[in-house]
Amino acid sequence: MIRKPVDVGDPDRLYMVTGGRSEADDSFDLVTLVVSESEPTQGMQSEHVRILELCRHPTAVVEISAELALPVTVVRILLGDLHDMGKVSARHPRAAASVAGLPETALLQEVLHGLRNL
Amino acid sequence: MGSVTSELPLQRTPLADAAETGLKIVVVGGFGVGKTTLVRSVSEIRPLNTEEVMTQAGRGVDETTGVEQKTTTTVAFDFGRISLNQHMVLYLFGAPGQERFWFLWDRLFSGTLGAVVLVDTRRMEDSWYAIDRLEHHRTPFVVAVNRFDGDDRRFSLEEIRQSLALGEHVPMIDCDARLRSSCKEVLICLVDHLYALALSQEGTP
Ligand SMILES: Nc1nc2c(ncn2[C@@H]2O[C@H](COP(=O)(O)OP(=O)(O)OP(=O)(O)O)[C@@H](O)[C@H]2O)c(=O)[nH]1
Ligand SMILES: [Mg+2]
Repeated sequence: MIRKPVDVGDPDRLYMVTGGRSEADDSFDLVTLVVSESEPTQGMQSEHVRILELCRHPTAVVEISAELALPVTVVRILLGDLHDMGKVSARHPRAAASVAGLPETALLQEVLHGLRNL
Repeated sequence: MGSVTSELPLQRTPLADAAETGLKIVVVGGFGVGKTTLVRSVSEIRPLNTEEVMTQAGRGVDETTGVEQKTTTTVAFDFGRISLNQHMVLYLFGAPGQERFWFLWDRLFSGTLGAVVLVDTRRMEDSWYAIDRLEHHRTPFVVAVNRFDGDDRRFSLEEIRQSLALGEHVPMIDCDARLRSSCKEVLICLVDHLYALALSQEGTP
């Protein structure tokens, strides 16, 4: 794969984005779907603004990471902030109404059905 | 630290607003075996690329200060996605199979439905470690043999099963990672397998 260098490898930038924290919020899975609960406000950190804009439609953690060109770990920290502020909600894997309580076989049948219809 | 890139400018297609469940399937295999090609063939978005930074404590002690060193390792992976219906979206992750990426695997595998091990018969040994880790994690998997044009030796699936020391219960399938229909069959093969496993488990009280 051809990979262009992008200016995110700079540890200083990562430090600034996260305010020096390195403990990511592990409750955000790679495929947790994040949804904005409010619009960005004046003076908000630019990464928070980007996330709130992106997540007007449900967006997986891993897609936010790719879109912002920030490592997943950093995105987890940012999402933890926004979640604490009540600015985003999270749809965690398997917690959803459509699958919670579904036996594994019923879930897999839905997956098969979706794949066959591709 | 490495970079986070995508090869082309992004044209984001948002998910349906009703999307509520993300599911994961991991595609593993050695360098150049066709992981990205497979993901691209079935994904509804151009594969995206991102990275995970892992900090490992205690990898050696600094001789001058006596302080434990923390090493930061960055590993890139790519992914695509398939909206299965209004509520469910399946993410496919292409992950490098080399031993030094074990920590990424532990992350990716947690909560995953299952895995596809992509094999190139010219470099079968590249899949040994991946298979070993999957078995260790008890992650169900199927083996897909990506038949490259230069693959003149044409091992049969049975020969490959023997060479990889795979149990009879592991499904195997031929594929061409460049073809959407073929990759779709690979995914269906995996989910059929998962379904059979789940069914037998639900059958045992
Ligand atoms: N002939 C043939 N070529 C293939 C097939 N699948 C992939 N290729 C080619 O093999 C090369 C490597 O494929 P990738 O999909 O980039 O492999 P990868 O596993 O993602 O590689 P890394 O991420 O670098 O480990 C590309 O040039 C593909 O076009 C196949 O089924 N047949
Ligand atoms: Mg690749």
